[in-house]
Amino acid sequence: MLKVLKSGFYLTIQDLGRFGYRDIGVPISGAMDIASVKKANMLLENEENDAVLEITMTGPTLLFDAPTFICLSGAHILATLNNQPIDNHQVIKVDKGDILSYGRLERGFRGYLAIKGGFQNDKVLGSRSQFVPVTKTARLKDGDEVKYKETKSFKPILSEVKIEDHFEKDTLIVFKGPEFDLLSDTQLTEIFTKTYSLSKENNRMAYQIAELIKGHEHSMLTSGTLPGTVQLTPAGRMIILMKDGQTTGGYPRIFQLSEDSINVLAQKKSGESFRFKLS
Amino acid sequence: MNTYPINIKPFGERAVLVEWPNKVSESILANILDFMDVFKELNIEGWEMSVAYNSLTMVYNQDHIDFEETKAMILDCHAKLDDSKIQRKQHLWTIPVCYDLEFGIDIEETAKTLNLSVGELIEQHTSHEYVVYGIGFLPGFMYLGGLPSSLEIPRRAEPRLRVTKGSVGLAGKQTGIYPQDSPGGWNIIGNCPVQLFNPKDKSPCFVKVGDKIRFESISKAEYNLHKIEGEVGIYKPEKVDLNA
Repeated sequence: MLKVLKSGFYLTIQDLGRFGYRDIGVPISGAMDIASVKKANMLLENEENDAVLEITMTGPTLLFDAPTFICLSGAHILATLNNQPIDNHQVIKVDKGDILSYGRLERGFRGYLAIKGGFQNDKVLGSRSQFVPVTKTARLKDGDEVKYKETKSFKPILSEVKIEDHFEKDTLIVFKGPEFDLLSDTQLTEIFTKTYSLSKENNRMAYQIAELIKGHEHSMLTSGTLPGTVQLTPAGRMIILMKDGQTTGGYPRIFQLSEDSINVLAQKKSGESFRFKLS
Repeated sequence: MNTYPINIKPFGERAVLVEWPNKVSESILANILDFMDVFKELNIEGWEMSVAYNSLTMVYNQDHIDFEETKAMILDCHAKLDDSKIQRKQHLWTIPVCYDLEFGIDIEETAKTLNLSVGELIEQHTSHEYVVYGIGFLPGFMYLGGLPSSLEIPRRAEPRLRVTKGSVGLAGKQTGIYPQDSPGGWNIIGNCPVQLFNPKDKSPCFVKVGDKIRFESISKAEYNLHKIEGEVGIYKPEKVDLNA
């Protein structure tokens, strides 16, 4: 068991997502920055889809009750194992009674903790990702416990890698969305020549862009949406749906973010800026 | 039967949007469902399809797709629609709703705005069959079509931060049930004791797109009974086979 002594701002269990239930309104969920999760699972020689902890902004304090191996990735949040600093992208041996704790957030917004064999909370509808009402709880709280398998020895092929982080990027690559043609030349110029920033309204469901663009009066029948869909409200607000985002929506879908750009955006905090570039 | 023209648009790296004529119509919906049946016969694993009114979102959850290749495959299936004779299993579900003032917190005001008595409002809401045109927004939330125009009322000026699970609401041309606690701006006229989304069930949402719904007015006592029956898993809403 991994015991959550302190959960930090928003700590959840995630894998790559819950597939096959979109048609009954279940979002895919899963890690916001899949690229970072895949790196950590790769170093631990896990399956790509093994469950990790997603740490948002401030890190938790965690107690291990059995030996295993871990790997951190994603945002750079100062971390220590029994008060010894540890880095991202290293396979680290953990013993019974060890305590992992986190300090200051240096870069990025979401950190990941992968564990040998993956976390073993129950799968619901094919995934371990937390999402209410599919799972009972939306996140981990102080005192919660998460199962994992004990691993006494493991000789990783690579114990450490230097990987360039993707979250310094400030360009989001977008494809034309289904309602792209509604955009006027004025709106297109606005969107592709100006810099935009992330508003305070951002969570696992959706990210709002702080700056408004020219609005519209188009009304449409509700239709499908995906993680990375950029919707434009009549008031001119761009809303980007993320992993827990609703499966249908009624606002024009002007763009679809590239999957790489979803990973980039997942690591931005409110106030950080970026540009849009049409693929 | 009618076969409607379709328009296929790219939707990111692994999805396409297939659009039928821009209308809410049962025959268009039937066409979409037929198309899905034909596509499923190709037996390609990894395609997820979700319907909303006149559109079908198709997502390939295994990999990125080639748009032109996918488009050709879809047009191929669409071309087969004419000669396929598909018999679908569709149901008419009777969904109980308690319109008691305890649950229908806006029912008096709504009735007043619509120039109806509360009794007339309930009578009209329960005397129609509604078509399920899509399931989305929240797990188990049904987009229902067929609301009589006498029950059309704008959304509330200020949405509520929390609408209780099971709440039945009216807004614009729509009526629907909130499957979970959620923020919302609909006018709440009652509550449905039936769980519309249950992740523990093999089929977590018993209603399917293309099914029909009718509401039945129940007392508070019946409401409480159905609620308990639902919790222990012995309550299933009444259904009849359509196109039988």
